[in-house]
Amino acid sequence: MYKVKVYVTLRESVLDPQGKAVQQSLSSLGYNGVEDVRIGKYMELQFDDTVTDVEGTVKEVCEKLLSNPVIEDYRYEIEESAKQ
Amino acid sequence: MKFAVIVFPGSNCDVDMYHAVKDELGEQVDLVWHDADNLDQYDGILIPGGFSYGDYLRSGAIAHMSVVMNAIKKAAEAGKPVLGVCNGFQILLESGLLPGAMLRNKNLKFICRTVELTVENNKTMFTSAYEKGDKIRVPIAHGEGNYYCDDETLAKLQENNQIVFTYASDVNGSLSDIAGITNEKGNVLGMMPHPERAVDDLLGSADGLKLFQSIVKHWRDSHVVNA
Repeated sequence: MYKVKVYVTLRESVLDPQGKAVQQSLSSLGYNGVEDVRIGKYMELQFDDTVTDVEGTVKEVCEKLLSNPVIEDYRYEIEESAKQ
Repeated sequence: MKFAVIVFPGSNCDVDMYHAVKDELGEQVDLVWHDADNLDQYDGILIPGGFSYGDYLRSGAIAHMSVVMNAIKKAAEAGKPVLGVCNGFQILLESGLLPGAMLRNKNLKFICRTVELTVENNKTMFTSAYEKGDKIRVPIAHGEGNYYCDDETLAKLQENNQIVFTYASDVNGSLSDIAGITNEKGNVLGMMPHPERAVDDLLGSADGLKLFQSIVKHWRDSHVVNA
């Protein structure tokens, strides 16, 4: 059993209007040191033992569906999890 | 000419599209559910707006994995006209039938009003009834219509005259004010504004009707003898 944590964020070259709005809001709260905010998505995937190539499968689903490579980057962490 | 309007769970402009074709254009049209695996009997494919699958993950991301997409790709390869409006445009982008992606509107707001568009290219099967440079009034209704692509893709779009409609002024932050683009071959058009909502003066504008008339004219010219 594997637990996979996937993080999807907008690429550096893409403006993030949501992050910008949050950054400005933080600044109006007095947190002037927060220079930039980027907002992304966090997903948890649970794999059972039938998947032999976990890493390869994670990359595949990230590229096919979980992220849009035109505007987004992804990274992931794979953790072994105990059987239920 | 026979059209298919593709319906996904969460589509909400499907009936407007259906009426535009049936009542204003006077052509045949069916509503076709997203699990259809064959669209061979249709001459044109219309992908309407809405919030397919609740916009989960990304707008159009789940819809582009549905069964009907293979049939839509086949129709596009065969050179049939494929029009995606609003969420339909987003689905075409996700499927790779059109280049680029959509970001949240620059001002983070859902924008719902009639805007002015410029017809940049009237040498397509979708715009032949317009003049180049025509200003037309068409409603928009979207939260994610801020078109984005990399510099290389933008240069290609410009070089091949694939940018068909632009906003007359900056509406949502779209790159080069892009409102609608075609594929390289010119038979797949995606646009955020809703031509199906501008097909009768009663609706506030009839400027969108010429788009549908252009499609029919193109089809007649190539299919009907003595047209």
